[in-house]
Amino acid sequence: MPTVTLNRKEFEKLVGKALPTEELKDRLAYLGTDLDEVTDKDITVEIFPNRPDMLSEQGLARAFSSFIGVKGLVQYPVKAATERLIIEEPVKNVRPYTACAIVKGISFTDERIREVIQIQEKMHVSYGRNRKKMAIGIYPLEKIKMPIRYTALPPKEIRFRPLEASREMDGLQILSQHPAGREYGHLLEGKELFPVFIDANDEILSMPPLINSEKTGRINEQTKDVFVECSGFDFTVLHRGLNMIVTALADMGGEIHQMTLAYPEGKKKTPDLKPWEMDLSLAYVNRRLGLELSEKDLKEHLGRMGHGYQKGRVQVPAYRADIIHQVDLVEDIAIAYGYENFVAEMPKTPTLGEENAREKQKDRIAEILVGLGLLETSTYHITNKEDQLRKMEAKGELIELSNALTIEHSSLRRELLPMLLAVLSRNRHNEYPQRIFEMGSVFLEDKDGVTETGIREEEHLAVALCDAKADYTSIRQVLDYLMMLTDREVMVKPCEHPSFIPGRAGRIFIDTVEAGFIGEQLSPAVLANWELDMPVVGFEIKI
Amino acid sequence: MKLEELAQGLHPLERKVLPFLRTHHDAVSLISASGLKEVEVIRALQWLSNKDIVLLDIARKKVVELDRNGTLYKENGLPEKRFLAAIQKKSLSLDAIGRSAGLGKDELNVCIGLLKRKAAIDTKKGKVLTCSITENGKKILAKETLEERFLKQEFPLPLDSLQDELRFAFDELSRRRQILRIREEKTTNVRLTEAGKRLAAMELTSDVLESLTPGMLKQGTWKGKTFRKYDVSINVPSISGGRRHFVNQTIRAIKDLWLELGFKEMKGPHIMTEFWDLDALFVPQDHPARYEQDTFFIKKPKQGSLPPVWKKVRDVHETGGDTGSRGWGGRWDRDQARQNILITHDTYLSAKVLAETRPEDLPVKTFQVMKVFRNESLDWKHLFEFYQVGGIVIDPDVTFRHLLGYLRTFFRKMGFEKVRIRPAHFPYTEPSAEVEGFHPVKKQWIELGGSGIFRPELVKPLLGIDVPVLAWGLGIERHRLFRHR
Repeated sequence: MPTVTLNRKEFEKLVGKALPTEELKDRLAYLGTDLDEVTDKDITVEIFPNRPDMLSEQGLARAFSSFIGVKGLVQYPVKAATERLIIEEPVKNVRPYTACAIVKGISFTDERIREVIQIQEKMHVSYGRNRKKMAIGIYPLEKIKMPIRYTALPPKEIRFRPLEASREMDGLQILSQHPAGREYGHLLEGKELFPVFIDANDEILSMPPLINSEKTGRINEQTKDVFVECSGFDFTVLHRGLNMIVTALADMGGEIHQMTLAYPEGKKKTPDLKPWEMDLSLAYVNRRLGLELSEKDLKEHLGRMGHGYQKGRVQVPAYRADIIHQVDLVEDIAIAYGYENFVAEMPKTPTLGEENAREKQKDRIAEILVGLGLLETSTYHITNKEDQLRKMEAKGELIELSNALTIEHSSLRRELLPMLLAVLSRNRHNEYPQRIFEMGSVFLEDKDGVTETGIREEEHLAVALCDAKADYTSIRQVLDYLMMLTDREVMVKPCEHPSFIPGRAGRIFIDTVEAGFIGEQLSPAVLANWELDMPVVGFEIKI
Repeated sequence: MKLEELAQGLHPLERKVLPFLRTHHDAVSLISASGLKEVEVIRALQWLSNKDIVLLDIARKKVVELDRNGTLYKENGLPEKRFLAAIQKKSLSLDAIGRSAGLGKDELNVCIGLLKRKAAIDTKKGKVLTCSITENGKKILAKETLEERFLKQEFPLPLDSLQDELRFAFDELSRRRQILRIREEKTTNVRLTEAGKRLAAMELTSDVLESLTPGMLKQGTWKGKTFRKYDVSINVPSISGGRRHFVNQTIRAIKDLWLELGFKEMKGPHIMTEFWDLDALFVPQDHPARYEQDTFFIKKPKQGSLPPVWKKVRDVHETGGDTGSRGWGGRWDRDQARQNILITHDTYLSAKVLAETRPEDLPVKTFQVMKVFRNESLDWKHLFEFYQVGGIVIDPDVTFRHLLGYLRTFFRKMGFEKVRIRPAHFPYTEPSAEVEGFHPVKKQWIELGGSGIFRPELVKPLLGIDVPVLAWGLGIERHRLFRHR
């Protein structure tokens, strides 16, 4: 989740009220943010990903002031379009859409420039999905000659000096040499044409979603008016994102001007800050929340969250991108009502609890084995070929991960006995006898095509006894005792098993169904692989 | 304690040692006088000391002993002396010196360094290295060196006793390999206390019984005898028994709570398609949580199959389908949904329950405890495998207030008196709430888990109707924190 740090003084000025620290913390938490820290100077909060409109000081202050008072819907005036932006055919297959605006009359102090950069960065990461879904560019208007064209060029023909670079570069050089290119270059890699904004002087303003030009794309303290563009693949997404940015700029004292976007298929105008409308049923709200709100309450609570309301219709601010269903308004109402004010209640209808049958059986097995003095272990499901196969002198296939971080944890276990040997191997310095067991899932290929994933998971039990006197009798006694108490018939037939001494391993049949293997001892080669110098006997069965 | 009582409580070993204490005052002589083993004497003395019968004074001192090379050199002379002796008459190559003085390669190298430092030899580098003795070397050869004098001492030698020249020789030899070693010697001096003296003077009756044997019981020989009194306040060596793993103990306790609240336990596989883990839960396909770095993917088989309900799920993602939602927009990718992954949260099982529930079965209450997986590197704070517990209530008559009711009841049973619920965000619940418990020791609110009411975009495609589904997911590590407080 994105974390933003706000200047407390500035925030209080925007809110129009200074709250004591404890109350401020409490209210911010109940508005729906994760509080990191509040000091006299700064407020640090985490913004939930559904509220990118609160990523700016202005956006958060707007939501907060409304939450602690009742402001209702804030209207943002928008001046009619005088400037034009032309979207050209070639950009269609690269990064097809842009939504743009002009904001005039902001006094850019050092602090303010930092704020604008912060908004841009936070929005890139969260709402913009690391610039993939939306990238934002902000430019000093006085350096630009209108109209601007949004088009795409072969990378070699794109030449300009990008921000933070000392010289002119072409499109490919930016990708390979510029820090922004190296970080986000994958978004353009392999494309024949790269998108660019070009002004009427044929100056390249930027190459989205990567970098602005040093000449026309850097805001400084002399800047008053700015051109703002958002580029990406979904016009609605971009338009909402643009609305979030221009409203924050308007809260800094800016005046919003619409722009005409000339798409090949027709004209559009952005930004459009007219609230959009959604139906909301009072009965639905009360049924979901367990409240008995009146229509007047509804209007008040919606107002607290910045919405307008009239006769079953809600006016949603144009910067709220997260309202996609009336339940989203239900949540806003719950927040306005105050989570702390809900009275908890238990349903009257009783239901019967029911434990999973296999889990019940596992509990019973554990009880029996613990009664024999065995210790239960709990190991990882993700292990490796070395432990599961090579150290066991066994062959076969494991279910592997395709993006493991380490070789040590790269495959899923198919047997539990190797996991127990790993535990014994790690506990060589402890006293003997060591008698352990584990129950859990193992992962196998589903050869019968029964499961939806093609992988079969089985629940296994493994027991290992490690002791100078560990022999076949002692492990068989554990198996027989367990089978007797769980009322099963057990039979063991001789078999060859690569991990055991030849002639001392057997296949276990429970109620005539093959269920696992048992043996004395794990072969000296296996024990040497695990660096164990104490005999180990064991069995593993399917539960 | 009275003297008689003390006497009756004496262990047989104490009884054996006690008479010798009047004449013997250290552990070594007690061992030889009593004929007991060292451990027996030491244990008896320790017990007697615990009862204030004796005073123990344990002195530790360091002594110097000859190590492997030291013993050899004491017998055959120091290598540097043998080196000089070999070239006394004429200069020789290094090999020849080695043969004549019986020195190994390492020893030769040590000698060259040492002797050059003392200006005892000259070396000449030709095809092979040759060494010749100097005048100074001859003097050294004729004289007994400090090191040689040191080796002639009687060992073990108390380290404290080394003075001046011997100390210098000790330092020199200590630098060289395996000539000397230092051992710590412990001497235990024993003195009887006043009570001890009186006790030692007493005639100790020997007819107290030590342990009760089956023979005594059969023959009745215990009659009329007294048993030795034990010191029942002593600490005994610890033993360990069989027990369940502590994580499973916690899981058992949590399961019991949900079972008591009328929930049914669910189980499911750990490998699942992304469809059930994320798409069915209405998590958008470009959600940051779905970025590769958080999820473990399966190499083979890479993809699984989709259930028939996939089309409804696709529609709800793209347009909202028939749920009254606008959906996430964009195109929903079927191939992405088919990818096999290790489950990233237990909530997928709740989606499966919804898909398998018929509206006429309601209300349905289920929960699950499951291992879930995140692709993070392992360190003390991050585990790539951990347990989650989650549950749902599918009931047309429940509200947000019932969600709070369940959570409060559960956490009260867990031992949290103070629980608060705050706004939160999860892609599949609306309203969403974070549950926090007040830690009575740390005096702060601690995150316990997430909860909410499932979004209609999740419920309707799977269940067929839109009814409230209360849902929560909690990590079990947090619960342990409280239970073990």
